[in-house]
Amino acid sequence: MRSLLRTCGELCVTGGLAMLLFCAYLLWGTGSYTEAQQSLLKRQLRQAGTAAKLDRIRLGQAIALIKIPRLGRDYEYAVLEGVTSEDLRRGPGHYPGTAGPGKIGNFVLSGHRTTYAAPFNRIDELRTGDAIVIDAREARYTYRVSGTEVVAPEDVEVIAPVPNRPGARPKEAVITLTTCHPEYSARQRLIVHGVLSGRRERRT
Amino acid sequence: MYGWLWRNIPGGTGVKLVTMLVLAGAAGVLLWYFVFPSLEPHMPVDRATVGR
Repeated sequence: MRSLLRTCGELCVTGGLAMLLFCAYLLWGTGSYTEAQQSLLKRQLRQAGTAAKLDRIRLGQAIALIKIPRLGRDYEYAVLEGVTSEDLRRGPGHYPGTAGPGKIGNFVLSGHRTTYAAPFNRIDELRTGDAIVIDAREARYTYRVSGTEVVAPEDVEVIAPVPNRPGARPKEAVITLTTCHPEYSARQRLIVHGVLSGRRERRT
Repeated sequence: MYGWLWRNIPGGTGVKLVTMLVLAGAAGVLLWYFVFPSLEPHMPVDRATVGR
């Protein structure tokens, strides 16, 4: 009886340690995969240069770099096409079917908040007017943050061509970032909207 | 469980200790590189997209 109890206790402690290790894996272990994938995607972008046309983008392919000066000078991630869970493990993903970078309509990106290098971990710190820079192949687009909101996971209106007005015809180029909210949870989504404010052609 | 392991590992105290540490390390590596990656997609944390 006594040894049975002891074994039970030992199993519980071991299980607890394994769960702690799993938390550490989620927070830090998943990031190393993303970092390796990011350097692949960035190399893809450098090699493609301006040659590849945007309308020939394939799923899983790198399409642009995102830079957010507010989150640090070296904040830079390669954005890829697609938002499946496999895509998002590699970096922020662009919703297929939404507008391309700098185009009229809604350029929608999703990124992880706490796992897989957590590219969108601190987007709650963005304030109105902050720059979101998208280095696409043909040009550099600068969006300015116009607002943030917290919505339910099924609120797809936020990614409509005119955010929150599904069916409306878009007249301007906007950007929408989506990530989970609160941190470590899947209960809600944190949404950041921005409006295109500048475009600079890329010199080749 | 650990008592049983300790008694059944051959060698002196030092060798036993090293063997235990190696076993623990191996269990950790197994979890980190094989068990956790297959478990992670089923965890309801960090869902970033809307809809679906």
